[in-house]
Amino acid sequence: MNKLVNLTIDSRKLQAEEGKTVLEVARENGIDIPTLCYNEELEPYGACRLCLVEITKNNRSRLVTSCLYPIEEGLVVKTGTEKVVANRKMLMELLLARCQGVKAIEDLAKKIGVDQPSFKPEYFEKNGCILCGLCVRACAEVVGTSAISLVNRGVNREVAAPFLETANDCIGCGSCVYVCPTDFIKMEETGDTRTIVNWKATFKMQKCQKCGKNFAPEKQLEYFRKKLNLPQGFFDVCPDCR
Amino acid sequence: MASKVETIINKYEADKGQLVSILQDIQTEHHYLPKEALDEVVALLDIPASQVYSVATFFKAFSLTPRGRHLIKVCLGTACHVRGAAKVVDKMELDLSIKRTETTPDMRYTLETANCVGCCALGPMVMIDEKYHGQITSDKVSPLLAKYE
Amino acid sequence: MGSRPRPNDKAPAGRLNSPKQLEALRASILNKRDPKRPCIALCVGTGCLAYGCVDIFQAFNNEIAKQKLQNSVDIRATRCRGFCERGALLTIYPQGVFYQRVKLEDVPEIVTETIVKGRIVQRLLYTDPNTKEQYAKEADIPFYKKQQRLLLDANSKIDPTSIEDYLAIGGYSALAKVLFQMKPEQVIEEVKKSGLRGRGGGGFPTGNKWQSTREAHDEIKYVICNCDEGDPGAFMDRSLMEGNPHSVLEGMIIGAYAIGSHEGYVYIRHEYPMAVENVMTAIKLAESKGLLGSNILGSGFHFKVKVSRGGGAFVCGESTALMASLEGKVGEPRAKYVHTSEKGLYNRPSNLNNVETWANIPHIILKGSDWFSSIGTMTSKGTKIFSLVGKVNNTGLIEVPMGMKLRDIVYGIGGGIRDGKKFKAVQTGGPSGGFIPESHLDIAVDFDELTRVGSMMGSGAMIVTDENTCMVDMAKYFVGFLQEESCGKCLPCREGLKRMLQILTDITDGRGREEDIELLARLAATLKDAALCALGSTAANPVLTAIKYFRDEYEAHIKDHRCPAGVCKPLITYSIINEKCPGCGKCVEPCPTKAITFVAKKEPVILDQEKCIKCGTCYDICNLKAVAIK
Repeated sequence: MNKLVNLTIDSRKLQAEEGKTVLEVARENGIDIPTLCYNEELEPYGACRLCLVEITKNNRSRLVTSCLYPIEEGLVVKTGTEKVVANRKMLMELLLARCQGVKAIEDLAKKIGVDQPSFKPEYFEKNGCILCGLCVRACAEVVGTSAISLVNRGVNREVAAPFLETANDCIGCGSCVYVCPTDFIKMEETGDTRTIVNWKATFKMQKCQKCGKNFAPEKQLEYFRKKLNLPQGFFDVCPDCR
Repeated sequence: MASKVETIINKYEADKGQLVSILQDIQTEHHYLPKEALDEVVALLDIPASQVYSVATFFKAFSLTPRGRHLIKVCLGTACHVRGAAKVVDKMELDLSIKRTETTPDMRYTLETANCVGCCALGPMVMIDEKYHGQITSDKVSPLLAKYE
Repeated sequence: MGSRPRPNDKAPAGRLNSPKQLEALRASILNKRDPKRPCIALCVGTGCLAYGCVDIFQAFNNEIAKQKLQNSVDIRATRCRGFCERGALLTIYPQGVFYQRVKLEDVPEIVTETIVKGRIVQRLLYTDPNTKEQYAKEADIPFYKKQQRLLLDANSKIDPTSIEDYLAIGGYSALAKVLFQMKPEQVIEEVKKSGLRGRGGGGFPTGNKWQSTREAHDEIKYVICNCDEGDPGAFMDRSLMEGNPHSVLEGMIIGAYAIGSHEGYVYIRHEYPMAVENVMTAIKLAESKGLLGSNILGSGFHFKVKVSRGGGAFVCGESTALMASLEGKVGEPRAKYVHTSEKGLYNRPSNLNNVETWANIPHIILKGSDWFSSIGTMTSKGTKIFSLVGKVNNTGLIEVPMGMKLRDIVYGIGGGIRDGKKFKAVQTGGPSGGFIPESHLDIAVDFDELTRVGSMMGSGAMIVTDENTCMVDMAKYFVGFLQEESCGKCLPCREGLKRMLQILTDITDGRGREEDIELLARLAATLKDAALCALGSTAANPVLTAIKYFRDEYEAHIKDHRCPAGVCKPLITYSIINEKCPGCGKCVEPCPTKAITFVAKKEPVILDQEKCIKCGTCYDICNLKAVAIK
């Protein structure tokens, strides 16, 4: 167990293990801080900036992303100052202007109290991807295939398969579909075939020899079988039947 | 082509950290980054294809499509901008009937812009095939372009 | 490329294994050099390439051979010495005669008249455009006289591809002193006492950074030189790296010793091929002499350096993005809540400094921290190299002590505004900085004063603007630049800059709304507070200072649809000044849309507004200024 650290969040005195982030401690104590690019299973990324909080240290205050800021002895954190709220609102306006018609963003905007972006409507976009990077990070950190990545830079940045062709390293596990907060990544299943639409990757599903259910792509199973050094035929039967 | 990529990678001791330099050498060789060469890089350096593609599309130095015989770089750094570089690149686009980052259909010219080539005292600067041309104004564009086949 | 002066290929004399051997080599080099022997030092730096200096260098070689002077005259290929406005330029030692605007045709005369006969070629001397006074010696020219060229002076004297030249001016003696007479902690103390602050833009106390990196716990530490110099308008680092790479290397080796690092990187933007070539040559030569690599000078300390090139990304000037690029990844910055001195390149303690910062180190070691801190102001010590460019008469690279008045820089050294126009503002700090108007011309230029008036030091670019520079257009320019260079990772920078650019473009195109200035301010505040790295958090500075000091221009664009400076195309018209037009017809043919019609000699031409696309060709080509922009 690491050393315990004393800090204050929204006037509440808390104690937590050194090495944790402000966001982790806040969530453990039921303090709500909005996030979009954060996932407990993945390394924090700091792209959406929604988790900004105001910290005071040595009489100096500034805004930091709570998902990445490591807790320190005597740290004073405020999650709802005027500055924090003003920034959150502008960030939501920017998101709304980019993602017109995306329900997850519209819902979050309502929650934060933002109605319409202040920019000219003729410049609004209907982009379904918020570039949170969760899909890319899940594929790299959890699955380990790094089949997709963030390509181009700046306003042209997008998530894509190499050369915008079929993602050859994709194993069809669907982790990217699972973590995507805006439903931008689509998966289709028909009969014994699964397609991850965005990466133009199609997979033949493994049929369980016992129950006959098409339960996972053959390529995914083979990938994990090799990675975990499991015997040939280990995945001939689905997890339910095993 | 296979051996050329291998030679380049060996020159950098197959150091994954030198990916940008490796890609630059490949581009110098082929005037752009052919997909086949990049596939080789993936295999020889043992890094994900997605990483190579990200790097190739992130940095302005790289082109994934074949470039023209002559590469024009119009400097759009602040000092050149203040002296009218925007008009120079507009005139280039007009004369060549292409937009910046494009290549003329006859493969004669590729028009690109640079965010400062470091010759700020001589602006507006135009580089054609690594040759520096200083103090270029709109009226000097047509005569300059006529010099190259 | 084949006709460029080749790197000095003299066979190295073997490794030096002690300071004594180093001094012996230095003495032998100096003994072989006759200080009275004429030497033509011609600049063949990147800036002068556009003046045909390579051909001029070749011509000198040919002429010297032709006149059979090879054994009595030297010709040396130096790099940038700053007076870029006046290239091609050269200095003839030992007299120090300075010739400027040298052309190929002048070469035989220079050799015959000045070298052989000792006579000055008057027309090649610098003439002050205001006082009309002529100067024969480089040291007397006001442009140079008012500078304090601690770092740049060597650029006029050495061939950077020759290690002998660097040794001849005392090179590597600081390194010898450090390795054999000082402990690492003492070196750090000296640098701290000197007050040296980072020259790349951050202005962080260098000694403190070295200390943090030294104290970090890890066997492997890295030392990095940032030569990405992305600020447009800045070419100080290019000139140092091209002109005196050994000085930078020496600084890095000293830093590595102080910090406890044995591996370093020099990261150079790929747009600087000559700098890449020259530092690679310097590394090879230093290694061959045992001044770099294993067992440096027989001290037991080893340090090796690799050169890495950038790929054309301004964001890679940011330390964490640079380090990502060094790892073969895209140049995405990361949060610096844990400093790079603790976890940097490959998650190891890393000390990154700018080129100019490294170049100052040998001087501080040799002449002492007391000497260094006697130059400059209370909070900003030493000198700073600035690139003085834009609408000023004497454009080029200058080195002045911190604290010199901005007015003295622009008028005293810069020679005032060109073409007799009126001064408007100086833009400093690159895309992270702001505009400084006439009311602040008397500030002492140092880190804190520049920040106080809303700008910043940045890497040292000083862009001078005049009455024909539109401040809305300039703000749009910087935002457009940053949008193109943004890595796109974080929301406020990627989306915020996009919206800012749309608003500024609307304003310059006459579609601005009343509420736009307020909206720009809100966006600016979010960028400042919420952006992930300094590219985003400082992105709003040019816009904010432009609004602060030139609000009337914004309002003219928004309310009156007028561009007072005559720049924004949709808001201006080109027209012929009939009284001035002699009907020569020079503008007719080059007009891309055939909007100009020739009438007759002595009759003004007619410009058809419907066809005019405002490309500016007629304006540029007319020698009689008969085209007006309204």
